[in-house]
Amino acid sequence: MAEWRVTVDRSRCMGSGICTAMAGTYFLMDGERSRPAAEGVPPGEAVLDAADSCPAGAITVTAADGEVVGPRD
Amino acid sequence: MTTSASEPATCPFDPYPYNEAAGLELSGRYEEVRRAEGLRRVRLPYGEPAWLVTRYEDARFVLGDRRFSRAACVDHDEPRQSAAQINSGILAMDPPDHTRLRRLVTKAFTVQRVERLRPDIRALTGSLLDDMVAAGPPADLVDAFALPLPVSVICRLLGVPEEDRPLFRKWSDDALSTSSLTAEEAEASREELRAYMAGLVAERRARPADDLMTALIEARDQEDRLSEPELIDLCVAVLVAGHETTATQIPNFVCTLLDRPGELARLREDPGLIPSAVEELLRFVPLGTAAASPRYATEDVEVGGTWVRKGEPVLVAVGAANRDERRFAAPDTLDVGREGNQHLGFGHGVHHCLGAPLARVELQEALRGLVLRLPGLHVAGDIVWKTEMLVRGPRSMPVGW
Repeated sequence: MAEWRVTVDRSRCMGSGICTAMAGTYFLMDGERSRPAAEGVPPGEAVLDAADSCPAGAITVTAADGEVVGPRD
Repeated sequence: MTTSASEPATCPFDPYPYNEAAGLELSGRYEEVRRAEGLRRVRLPYGEPAWLVTRYEDARFVLGDRRFSRAACVDHDEPRQSAAQINSGILAMDPPDHTRLRRLVTKAFTVQRVERLRPDIRALTGSLLDDMVAAGPPADLVDAFALPLPVSVICRLLGVPEEDRPLFRKWSDDALSTSSLTAEEAEASREELRAYMAGLVAERRARPADDLMTALIEARDQEDRLSEPELIDLCVAVLVAGHETTATQIPNFVCTLLDRPGELARLREDPGLIPSAVEELLRFVPLGTAAASPRYATEDVEVGGTWVRKGEPVLVAVGAANRDERRFAAPDTLDVGREGNQHLGFGHGVHHCLGAPLARVELQEALRGLVLRLPGLHVAGDIVWKTEMLVRGPRSMPVGW
């Protein structure tokens, strides 16, 4: 399966540390805000969980075809 | 310097909490401990001794690192302020169980979703102030304003009848009380609140509505994403956490600003500072009587120059971390225009306050209403402080304007 693309909107990020604690493979604290560890991630639940749980709605996960897969409704 | 932990049983420890139950002062002991090497050992009225974290960097580290567990509390005599130990609920969970439940409620509280509630919250603030002004001074700021505002918002959002406020007010108080209840009394009160919520859930099952409770019922009944006790506990947590802290912080913020007329004047001159003022007040006001919700190390981890051994608990004093001079310039000065204010008032890591975006909007609108509508706002009698509670703040606060 093709990789997903994950982005963190740093202007929205409030540094809650939820994504980095929940899915540390995919998110790192850069100073006091989060950033993706790598832009491309293997499709999976963990990165979607992080996107769903972000209180700032700062995480977006996009499939290879451009469809937004996270956060989920 | 790295010191090795000696045998916990023989290690000396401070009696804790440091803070007085009444008032909003941060105990001077914290500064002393923050400046000392390593971590201090403290002992709360109940449970085993714990390591106390007071520095900002250490606090973020412990709260954000998965090697520190909340779920492990179940297997230990958790350091705590009340006789009863609470071993259920989302705050006693680790990922992945915690993630599973949190995801179900997060959506109702994201910044984007909550911003859509702002006009309603502003209107509600206006109407509460209309009533208060119409009745004339003095008014009890807690009863007339600080409590009904968040109660009304969370009741509508969750789907709880607002007129039941006197009922769940008592249960909610009990849930956050410390020494006033025996373990049996506390458990009995929790059971009453659970039974009340179970009744509401049964009603909603029969008659679904556009609210969070209905969404959670659907997540259970149609998708089996949580158990029935988890559903009830989650609704209880949203109700209690969804109003108690905000209701407490509103008068706390007012007290803090009234004591600093220069900062209050800045806000009146430039209401654009209200969002940064709320962040600064969240940083500045040490809400908790003590650090709560200890984390247990699941392996040996070095924290701030001390080795915390596997199975030992750590208490994180966010109120002290928020005054760490290594992170915040002039930490003991309230500056409503402070920038880069990444405080820990809502915690950090997986248990970062779920309702933070809602609390922010409520606190901003409450402050905006009080500051702009009531330029002569002042304390008009003796403040009665809560005692024997996990959170500090006025139980009643007579004000004039």
